Amino acid sequence: MNRREFIKLSGLLGTGAVAPSIFLSGCSSKPLPGDGLVKKTPTICDMCFWKCAGFVYSENSKPWKVVGNPEDLHSSGRFCTRGTGGIGAYLDRDRLKTPLIRQTDKEGRQSFREASWEEAIKLIAQRMQAIAEKHGPDRLALLHHGTGARHFEHLIRAYGSDSHAEPAFAQCRGPRDVAYKLTFGDILGSPERTDMANSDCIVLIGSHIGENLHNGQVQELSQALDKGASLITVDPRFSVAASKSKYWLPIRPGTDIALLLAWMHVLINEELYDQEFIEAYSTGFDELAEHVQAYPPEWAYLQTGLKPDLIRETAREMASYAPATLVHPGRHTTWYGDDTQRGRAMAILAALLGSWGRKGGFYIQEKVKLPKYPLPHYPEPASESHVVAHKGRFPIAKKTVSQALIEASAGPDAYYKGWIVYGTNLPSSIPGIRPKLKEAAETLELIVVVDTMPAEITGYADVILPECTYLERYDILRNSGARVPSVALRMPAFEPRYDSKPGWWISREIGLALGLEKYYPWKDYSEVLDWQLKAANSSLKEMEKLGVKDFPRKKPLYFTAENPPHFWTPSGKIELYCQQLADAGFDPMPRYTAPMEPPENFYRLNYGRMPAHTFGKTTNNPLLFQLAPENTLWVNPIVAKKWKLQSGSYIRLQNQDGITSNPVRVRVTERTGLDAVFMAHGFGQRSNKMRLTHGAGADDSELMSRLLIDPIMGATGMRGNFVTFVKEQGVG
Amino acid sequence: MTVQYAMVIDTRLCIGCGDCVVACKTENKVPAGLNRDWIVEATSGKYPELHTEFRSERCNHCSHATCVAMCPTGASHNWRNTNIVLVDANKCTGCKACIAACPYDARLIMHPDGYVDKCTFCHHRVEHGLDPACVSTCPTRCMHFGILNDPGSKVSQLLKSRRYKTLMPGTGNQPNVYYLI
Amino acid sequence: MLEELLVTPRFNPKVDPLLGIWTWEISVYLFFGGLTAGIIVFAALAALNKKDAVRSFSANSLALWAPIVLSLGMTTLFLDLEHKLFVFRFYTAFVPTSPMSWGAWILMIIYPVTILQILSTLRPGYPLIAGFVDRISIGRWVLDLTSRYQREIAIVAIPSAVALGIYTGILLSAFNARPFWNSGLLGVLFLVSGLSTAAAMVILLAKEKAEKHWYVRMDIGLILVELVVVALLLINLATGSEQHLKALEYLTSLNGYALAFWVFFIGLGLMVPLVVEFRELVKEHRVLALLGPILVLLGGYLLRHITVNLGQETAWQDYRMEHNPQLLERVKLNYKTEN
Ligand SMILES: Nc1nc2c(c(=O)[nH]1)N[C@H]1C(S)=C(S)[C@@H](COP(=O)(O)OP(=O)(O)OC[C@H]3O[C@@H](n4cnc5c(=O)[nH]c(N)nc54)[C@H](O)[C@@H]3O)O[C@H]1N2
Ligand SMILES: Nc1nc2c(c(=O)[nH]1)N[C@H]1C(S)=C(S)[C@@H](COP(=O)(O)OP(=O)(O)OC[C@H]3O[C@@H](n4cnc5c(=O)[nH]c(N)nc54)[C@H](O)[C@@H]3O)O[C@H]1N2
Ligand code: SF4
Ligand code: SF4
Ligand code: SF4
Ligand code: SF4
Ligand code: SF4
Ligand SMILES: [Mo]
Repeated sequence: MNRREFIKLSGLLGTGAVAPSIFLSGCSSKPLPGDGLVKKTPTICDMCFWKCAGFVYSENSKPWKVVGNPEDLHSSGRFCTRGTGGIGAYLDRDRLKTPLIRQTDKEGRQSFREASWEEAIKLIAQRMQAIAEKHGPDRLALLHHGTGARHFEHLIRAYGSDSHAEPAFAQCRGPRDVAYKLTFGDILGSPERTDMANSDCIVLIGSHIGENLHNGQVQELSQALDKGASLITVDPRFSVAASKSKYWLPIRPGTDIALLLAWMHVLINEELYDQEFIEAYSTGFDELAEHVQAYPPEWAYLQTGLKPDLIRETAREMASYAPATLVHPGRHTTWYGDDTQRGRAMAILAALLGSWGRKGGFYIQEKVKLPKYPLPHYPEPASESHVVAHKGRFPIAKKTVSQALIEASAGPDAYYKGWIVYGTNLPSSIPGIRPKLKEAAETLELIVVVDTMPAEITGYADVILPECTYLERYDILRNSGARVPSVALRMPAFEPRYDSKPGWWISREIGLALGLEKYYPWKDYSEVLDWQLKAANSSLKEMEKLGVKDFPRKKPLYFTAENPPHFWTPSGKIELYCQQLADAGFDPMPRYTAPMEPPENFYRLNYGRMPAHTFGKTTNNPLLFQLAPENTLWVNPIVAKKWKLQSGSYIRLQNQDGITSNPVRVRVTERTGLDAVFMAHGFGQRSNKMRLTHGAGADDSELMSRLLIDPIMGATGMRGNFVTFVKEQGVG
Repeated sequence: MTVQYAMVIDTRLCIGCGDCVVACKTENKVPAGLNRDWIVEATSGKYPELHTEFRSERCNHCSHATCVAMCPTGASHNWRNTNIVLVDANKCTGCKACIAACPYDARLIMHPDGYVDKCTFCHHRVEHGLDPACVSTCPTRCMHFGILNDPGSKVSQLLKSRRYKTLMPGTGNQPNVYYLI
Repeated sequence: MLEELLVTPRFNPKVDPLLGIWTWEISVYLFFGGLTAGIIVFAALAALNKKDAVRSFSANSLALWAPIVLSLGMTTLFLDLEHKLFVFRFYTAFVPTSPMSWGAWILMIIYPVTILQILSTLRPGYPLIAGFVDRISIGRWVLDLTSRYQREIAIVAIPSAVALGIYTGILLSAFNARPFWNSGLLGVLFLVSGLSTAAAMVILLAKEKAEKHWYVRMDIGLILVELVVVALLLINLATGSEQHLKALEYLTSLNGYALAFWVFFIGLGLMVPLVVEFRELVKEHRVLALLGPILVLLGGYLLRHITVNLGQETAWQDYRMEHNPQLLERVKLNYKTEN
């Protein structure tokens, strides 16, 4: 409802405000929301990694709601489901409340006992000291995810280690980022540089925006659809995006490269590609043109099950809108072990459409120039984790492969001797890792877990440190590459609940206990923020009002004649043919390998997101739990008939290696095909301290005992697992 | 009725994310386990020939509100003589006649207090020219709110220019939540 | 296939997954309401033709039961209220469109009427009590007055009792939202059933064989009428909208209400007493003499019980849920206060 309508309304109401009804409507005994004393504090949402800026409202000093900041580009004033449920993270009664230390009684039984911060910090510092002296500080590694991790990266680097890994690489964006770096010499960043709002045609290959609720993506896709953009969705499942598509391509799982090659074949042979763009900015076109001759749509049909005409028609559709055609790069791309090559194929397709650096394709990101707070140089670390952990594997991976680092921590003669784990629930986020985790836990001399919840990972810790939630702390400034450079502030809206503390405080206390005070010259992290903001001619004071501040762009948003593109590749051009890959002994151009087929009576385990939750991070959130208290198993009616499964009943799944899941509630639906079942990731929480979500739903991770490792960069392909049904008695 | 408010929801854009449900629960402090709005998914066809529609549902603030008609105490009433149906907690006996009277099962019993509650179209926001919480939160911007008897309003325009439906018109309640199809 | 389901669970108490707002309290209330109506009618009718001494019990003593039975009903009605403190709100408004509002006010008329009925027949009915009252001068004056206007009182009592009887049915049939209730015949059915149960009650209470027999005959007639009305009701459903047909299924499916309705209500509640009471006219039997009326009373309650429950299960929409709503109990348990 816009202002004008409201003015009109007040006119209309006029005296009508007092209703001529035969009873006085009286005033409700309950005060209306917002009648009380309302306080508004800026924040950056941490319910996922999109970093939307918004405001936290409290009424009569009671938490009320979180809403987006209208000035913020990540959210345009609207938070997603999870962000709106953020208050629940604060309210969660199962939160970690005090530091906990592992103790062993005389019978050798182990348990956690509550401890003071002093004691916990002292113990951690002693063990870290010991590791430094016995083995060297670089033998301590940080496993992390999320913004707060920066404080601990700072800690270990000051201490003398640069060993760290996050599941956001080998379990998430790794293959994509490597592929686009190889092709365009640049990464996509987060938020991705996709110019969807201006796209006339959008191609989604797997990426299930709609279930995947990355706010900016959802909003821009919706805007594009509203303007009538053509949406092409490639997904074996009838995803939300598929249901909004002009073309849904229900592809046979694992055959995307075949489709991509066929699309290239059509674009090149029908000369529908952007010849000027390719001419000017790319190398290896002739090799590519030659390479794709072997892959006509007729060939792809046999692999993908998609009719040749449909493949041709969609290729032409893309070309007709190019360069304003966005081939979305996806985000969680660790699927089948050939993921970097699939990423390459998508990048090449984007190049052929000339959409890199072009309106409606990929824009050029720009950040704010934020000086670093002046600190002494970190000591030179004795080793680099990707070298140590990879042991010569994954030549193209410049970031550390998380499961490789964990392997390098298991066993008596393992390289790593201590861990700090921040904000990552490894047993559920790295499939099949539980055995290795157990092994590592037995030999590591120190495991510190910094978390907000008693998640499964805390069970492996020697010391558990309760961090307060993002609603109760200052954190690093947000300064992500975007259309408009901006900084955003996260500040405490509430006092830390229980005996929890902000990450920066924990990091500093450990640092001081280690005698690293010169790396912590400040007392309160707000001093650092204020210094940085003043240097960018704002201030903490100003930001505590605004929440977000935009800054003018320096370079244009798209490539132009005046602003010719630069590509940070060896050749300085878009590399359709990749010499780096060739040199490392891989295919310089994407090649198709057929996926494994499920054996008799088995179905491919498909998984993804559900809008209500972020992995297992939010499943215990009292607000979001009410939206989706469990995950369900999607089963096609024909399969259901064969196995006599009914919606609402519970069954267990058993995978190819005989691993059996929790009971999961069946949803019989046409939205999944005959060869696969689908469930959302993040359920089957094993920690009984998380009272809402404990045991609710099934855990896809534990069913992923077969990982298809990408030899190029070490990603754990998760889609090579097959499951069958085990009837469940008496549940449900 | 001086003003007829309507909610118009574009099912072509709605993704069923449930943000509107959480927004309602926080904005209106709806107690744990209770709901004023909810999401329905309707899928028809056979793989791979499918159509899926998402609908965010709530009280329809019916022009012919059977709940108000059936309420013996006047607790259920029309706000300021508009079609917005409210429940006056301090007139409500908890007799539940209005619940039986609502063909959309849009009403709930406030626990532990016992009076009846429901979607208010966020009149406390509308009063100040703001959209209802759910509408103002929806990330796809598929929800619209406004005055139907104002031909210039966005909602009127949308209903003029697009195909739409209401839920179970057969009830005769004349619902005021419209779904663009 | 069409798959239509709630993807966000909804577990609003007494509304989800199936409507269950009204249970035995309301059934009992409706039963006693109908019974009261019947009592008043028979008491009044008997009072109106003093000539036949046959119905002396109903003419003089029956009325006393009306306020007692009605109060029992009112009590269970009160028990059903979720927001009990505000019960007085029924009487700070009159809402012409709301049967419940009508009901509230009708009851306000019924009480004085029954009191007058009692007073007007106190001397013949309860000489002992009358004796005490007559000791006080205004007491005597009141009894003189009321017994003088006994006829007039009876004439007022009958229509208001009929209104009460019909109202107990209308209360439900007015809900368009609940297909099974939504039938004009419900009012008639509940009235007839109310009279039948009242007749049964007199059979049990009256001492004179002649009076008992008068009511056995009356009851047989009423049961026959009731059967006809039930038949019409079913035909109505069978020829009604898709929702009505769904409602009918509940009555015919075994995991619905088939057993309760056909065996217990129609069978034990109507047919068996019908037979038993016929037999009673021909050849008396001490046990059977009690069995008949008792079954009628039970049947009368069962009718309300089935109607109240079944009606709530019939709706315009029934969504399945993707998630198990029971899981929400976990939140209710741990977060009573916060949302
Ligand atoms: N609500 C919510 N949103 C989130 C997150 C969350 O936890 N919750 N997490 C965020 C994060 S970290 C990430 S990385 C992203 C992940 O979100 P995406 O990048 O969209 O993840 P994908 O795995 O690409 O998408 C899963 C889809 O791939 C389909 N699929 C399965 N197999 C195949 C196949 O062989 N070929 C093709 N073409 N499709 C296939 C599945 O059916 C499913 O629809 O989501 C982000 N957004
Ligand atoms: N089987 C399977 N595995 C997957 C995926 C999948 O789809 N299926 N998705 C992959 C992808 S794309 C990604 S990005 C990763 C994500 O992997 P993770 O980032 O590990 O995701 P979560 O499992 O949510 O773990 C987050 C942890 O951080 C804690 N936490 C939340 N807020 C805070 C905070 O403010 N401070 C601290 N210290 N801790 C906090 C939570 O309690 C939880 O224990 O998972 C990957 N793994
Ligand atoms: S996308 Fe949603 S959860 Fe993620 S940061 Fe934005 S609002 Fe928060
Ligand atoms: S918030 Fe908007 S998109 Fe999401 S379910 Fe509600 S109406 Fe649909
Ligand atoms: S939807 Fe139900 S509660 Fe809302 S106005 Fe209509 S009848 Fe009343
Ligand atoms: S429950 Fe309250 S609002 Fe509903 S009909 Fe009874 S008194 Fe009216
Ligand atoms: S209008 Fe307000 S009360 Fe109604 S559903 Fe939306 S947020 Fe809830
Ligand atoms: Mo991710």
